[in-house]
Amino acid sequence: MPGFLKEFLNRNGTGMGLAILGLVLFWTIVLIILPQVSMLDFSFRPNLPPPEIGGPKDIYTAENYKYLIFGPEGGSQDYNAVDLRVFFRTLVAAICVTIFNLILCYPIAYYLGQTKGNHIRIFALMLIIPYWINEILRAFALRIIFGETGVLNNFFVGLGVFDTPFDFIRNDIALYAGLGYAYILLMIFPIYNVIESLDRNQIEAARDMGASWIKIHRRVVIPYAKPGISSGCTMVFMLSAGALAAPQILGGPSSLWFTQLIYQQFNDNSDWPQGAAYAVVLLVTCILLVLAIMRLFKVNMGDIGK
Amino acid sequence: MSAGVGVDLESLWIRFGDFVAVRDANVHINGGDFFSFLGPSGCGKTTILRAVSGFLEPSEGNVLIGGRNMKGIGPNKRPTALIFQNLALFPLMKVWENIAFSMEINGASAAERRKRADELLDMIALPGQGDKLPSELSGGQRQRVAIARALCAEPDVLLLDEPLSALDLKLRQHMRTELREIQKRVGITFIYITHDQGEALTMSDNIAVMREGIIDQIGDGKAIYNDPATAFAASFVGENNVFRGKIKRISGDEALVATNRSGDLVARISTANQGKMKEGDDAMMFIRPEAFAIASKGAKGDHFVTAKVNHEEFEGNSFNIFMEGGGGKELKVTIPNLGQSFKDHTGQSLTLEYEIKNSVVVPAGELAAE
Repeated sequence: MPGFLKEFLNRNGTGMGLAILGLVLFWTIVLIILPQVSMLDFSFRPNLPPPEIGGPKDIYTAENYKYLIFGPEGGSQDYNAVDLRVFFRTLVAAICVTIFNLILCYPIAYYLGQTKGNHIRIFALMLIIPYWINEILRAFALRIIFGETGVLNNFFVGLGVFDTPFDFIRNDIALYAGLGYAYILLMIFPIYNVIESLDRNQIEAARDMGASWIKIHRRVVIPYAKPGISSGCTMVFMLSAGALAAPQILGGPSSLWFTQLIYQQFNDNSDWPQGAAYAVVLLVTCILLVLAIMRLFKVNMGDIGK
Repeated sequence: MSAGVGVDLESLWIRFGDFVAVRDANVHINGGDFFSFLGPSGCGKTTILRAVSGFLEPSEGNVLIGGRNMKGIGPNKRPTALIFQNLALFPLMKVWENIAFSMEINGASAAERRKRADELLDMIALPGQGDKLPSELSGGQRQRVAIARALCAEPDVLLLDEPLSALDLKLRQHMRTELREIQKRVGITFIYITHDQGEALTMSDNIAVMREGIIDQIGDGKAIYNDPATAFAASFVGENNVFRGKIKRISGDEALVATNRSGDLVARISTANQGKMKEGDDAMMFIRPEAFAIASKGAKGDHFVTAKVNHEEFEGNSFNIFMEGGGGKELKVTIPNLGQSFKDHTGQSLTLEYEIKNSVVVPAGELAAE
């Protein structure tokens, strides 16, 4: 038995230690690893009617992946332009949502982290409480606000800013607002946690030496908050790229999110292997993208956990 | 480096809501002085420092630096540099980047900054340590880096907020000498905040003793120690024996005090209070432990104190005798160890003698907390 395991069991007692260990293993293996492995397995199989599963036609194939790139065999186009466009658009949009969220949340997190007093707790509560409401309900609420006869349009048309109602939904503004709002807490709290531990004297020291506010943030606060920023950005990016409810409810008719394609494959087309392949591609691409960006900004994996 | 820029506080009041942190402070600090604000925690000394550095706008009154009114000028525009109690070095920057941060703000090139940082590292006796991170240095080294960082900005006035309080005793004593030397070398005004009277006495040209937002006394170390203006100053700076009583008679600058427990004693009225005290006033008389000498048994007079010895201590360089009396607490007497034979007096009655010039009378007032 390795030393750390022995120590763990000694500290928690053998019974409790084994129970904790068992639950953790169950969680990671049964609930995370196995489903992903079976998804991977699915993605390499043809879509067969139930009687043929396990039969001679049930062999491993890269068909499903080829489909994403080249489209149906014998199709009119060289590439599966529709799906690929949705794929890249989703990634770019998720990056934009992440950047937008960061710009929005950094000042809030900084304010929360560096201000003392009870009103901060109330402020934090005001951020948290809306998240007691189900994600789908929140998306519908936004739809009502952004709709053609919604609150915003009534307001602006009433003021005379717009002559006719502006279609926030067709122009994807509702979608980005919804995605931005959906994960705001996941951006604010990691940054807030780090900035809260930043010694106020460091900011004052920098100011005392003549630094402007921009310089203080660039040289003192942001380097310090980097683990929180990367942790928040990773989560927001991953979740926006994988979001389904917001695009489904707030997306315009012409703007598909890649997750919606996956959903269609699973649900409407009953083509699980195809859906699994799309899901794997999305997951792997997102992970690679995050790793590449972490490398670019010199963030360690360990920092993310902070 | 510009030398000798003075600082003036004119009728300075600082309030936080109803709380008055600084009450009508009027201080003139000579250019090139090492000036200390000395007082217990919460007395308002850090508040004054923040007002000088510009982090806090005074409620009333002015801060003048080199004769220039600082009203409305932010901390980043004042010719001051502040050294924080916890130093506030930037943990993610290398030592040299820390030191040259103020130059970075002004857009100096990396080569220039590095050169200047290395010069300052030589000055603070840390050559070649520029590439380390602050966390890789010892407490005393970090202390010196903070000083170098502040000096790099070439301030006219360096403000120090209890910078030695985090260090252990030995290092603290060593840094006192070092700080004083650095101050003499660069020749700029140092304003030093401390609750440690030893630090204030050893380093300062002048000291302001503060209590609850009020400046009780300003003077050099000797004046504050030998000629305190208030009961607080007398009891806060150094050890002191207090005798409470009423003034019975005044002749010139001497007063005869009818003490509550030790009979009539004569003492010198402190300079700040001469001409201001009259017969019948409540007064406090202070005599330092080292100002006493053991007198022949049974000697009587207005500069002899007789009391019962509770216990004695041998401290190496001195003997301490603790006696009943004083202002409710024990009377402490320190006799230097000069190799004389010293027999234990515990339980006996002992008569002590003091010279009138070594005693002082001030109006009755609040004493410093133990």
